Amino acid sequence: MTESTQRQKILWILGTILVLFYALIPVLWIISLSLKDPTTIGDQKFFPTKWTWDNYDAVFSGGLGFNHALFNSIGIAMITTLIALVFASMAAYAITRLEFPGKTLILAGALAISMFPAISIVGGLFNVWRVVGLYDTWPGLILPYLSFSLPLSIYILSAFFREIPWDLEKAAQMDGATGAQAFRRVILPLAMPGVFTAGILVFISAWNDFLFANVLTSTDASRTAPVALSFFRGASQFTDPSGAIAAGAVIVTIPILIMVLIFQRRIVSGLTSGAVKG
Amino acid sequence: MAVAATQAGQPAAPAPSTGLTDRARQERKLAWLLCAPAVAVMTLVAGFPIVYAFWLSLRRSDLRFPDASEFIGFSNYSAVLQSTTWWRDFGNTMFITVISVTLELVLGMLIAQAMYRAIFARTAIRASVLVPYGAVTVVAAFAWRLAFDPATGFAVNLFNLDPPPLTTHNGSMVIIIFAEVWKTTPFIALLLLGGLALVPDDLYKAAKMDGASSWQRFVKITLPLIRPALMVAVLFRTLDAFRIYDAVFIITRGANNTESVSVLGYNQLVNRLNLGLGSAVAICIFACVMLIAFIFFRFLGASPERR
Repeated sequence: MTESTQRQKILWILGTILVLFYALIPVLWIISLSLKDPTTIGDQKFFPTKWTWDNYDAVFSGGLGFNHALFNSIGIAMITTLIALVFASMAAYAITRLEFPGKTLILAGALAISMFPAISIVGGLFNVWRVVGLYDTWPGLILPYLSFSLPLSIYILSAFFREIPWDLEKAAQMDGATGAQAFRRVILPLAMPGVFTAGILVFISAWNDFLFANVLTSTDASRTAPVALSFFRGASQFTDPSGAIAAGAVIVTIPILIMVLIFQRRIVSGLTSGAVKG
Repeated sequence: MAVAATQAGQPAAPAPSTGLTDRARQERKLAWLLCAPAVAVMTLVAGFPIVYAFWLSLRRSDLRFPDASEFIGFSNYSAVLQSTTWWRDFGNTMFITVISVTLELVLGMLIAQAMYRAIFARTAIRASVLVPYGAVTVVAAFAWRLAFDPATGFAVNLFNLDPPPLTTHNGSMVIIIFAEVWKTTPFIALLLLGGLALVPDDLYKAAKMDGASSWQRFVKITLPLIRPALMVAVLFRTLDAFRIYDAVFIITRGANNTESVSVLGYNQLVNRLNLGLGSAVAICIFACVMLIAFIFFRFLGASPERR
């Protein structure tokens, strides 16, 4: 669209503004609600009339178990990401670089698993985890997160690995580099963007989960932040927990938002390469 | 990662000849070794629980009465399929799925076009569109619930909604759908944007010269060319929407008859501790999802296979 008329231009500018509104209003609302003073939280206004950090103090004070939940969320999501990346890179390397029977089966199986509804396996896990002692533990959540993020990361990494000019490895070795050197200096830098992209998406999906965390945890030992948030109650039966919920929601969202905004290019490329196979 | 794996694969001793060269055999062995951890996790933590859930669904298995556990064939399924609750929840879930995926497609297409043709602030638009994507589903659901909450929400007052939507069935469904659509439209928009970038600009210019209107250009050029991207996006979103749990759980917990099938499964499994009946619900959901995927692959030409 090289030549656009004045009217079209105005239309697209309006469209842009609408898109911005659409994307940002709910987030601005939850931030604004989190800053409202308890006495004015029921004023039904979009912006706070009286600003306060009280809600954040309440969330971090410990009574709601949010600190621990945040720690659980971070730890579980990071460990999941690390293990998923190691396992998925190994598998994706084999799939893109090696010939072996069973390749199609693995890819088809991974695709099928990526479609599994979580609710269908959570009951079985609930029962098994209680027997084997994984119920309400970190590994008890990391394992299902892994099984659901491996298919996506294998697909993304395979897509990225296929684009790597692997002959460079041989060329480097001809020039006198050892196998390890060739891998570290030549292949690794080329593979890192893909690994990084997959890592971000795995972290986001683990951070985002609610169903597994809601069913497979019962105490502060492993309850993650989204679940802790859903358990927020007012200090007494008559206190409205909305302010605290909003503050907690903002805290849960901010790390992901920062990550998403810094790495937006990578996320977009990861989403498209992982899902669109035209 | 691959370094460690290569070293692990090297001591593979030459096995007795089976018609393959040593090299090919070593390659196989290495490949299997490399895939083993991922395959093991996926089989044990996703494959096995499905089989186990199926086995549970054939039994009377209620954690409150552990001694009464016995094999009862397909009784749980007939109990589920004859209950009005399952069909009501199935209806709710289908309604949420169809409406939200349709809205997401339309909105996603508009947003993709806006991003594609943005004259100014291209990065700002892309960044802000990623905000809903980055928001945790639970947070998105809370944002919408609290906005329409009769006590704290700004929206009830602003739009003068009476009765407040969260007190009625239709209103609650609308809020659930809004929360879902808000959160996931960016995903669709980004996938479609990827598709739009593949459409050569010359095609539009040529069509324009031939006098095609912008609607004609959209229907005759854009749609067919981005069809593969579109179908995959719709497939994944449909499957995802059918599994809807977080938004319903947070916004209504199933009140006002808004329960989805996943919430029904959750209630049976966790609140009533009825593993048999809950697993039957879980397997029914699994069957629905697989059926939807099959329909998409077979009849609608979605193929997320590798090129």
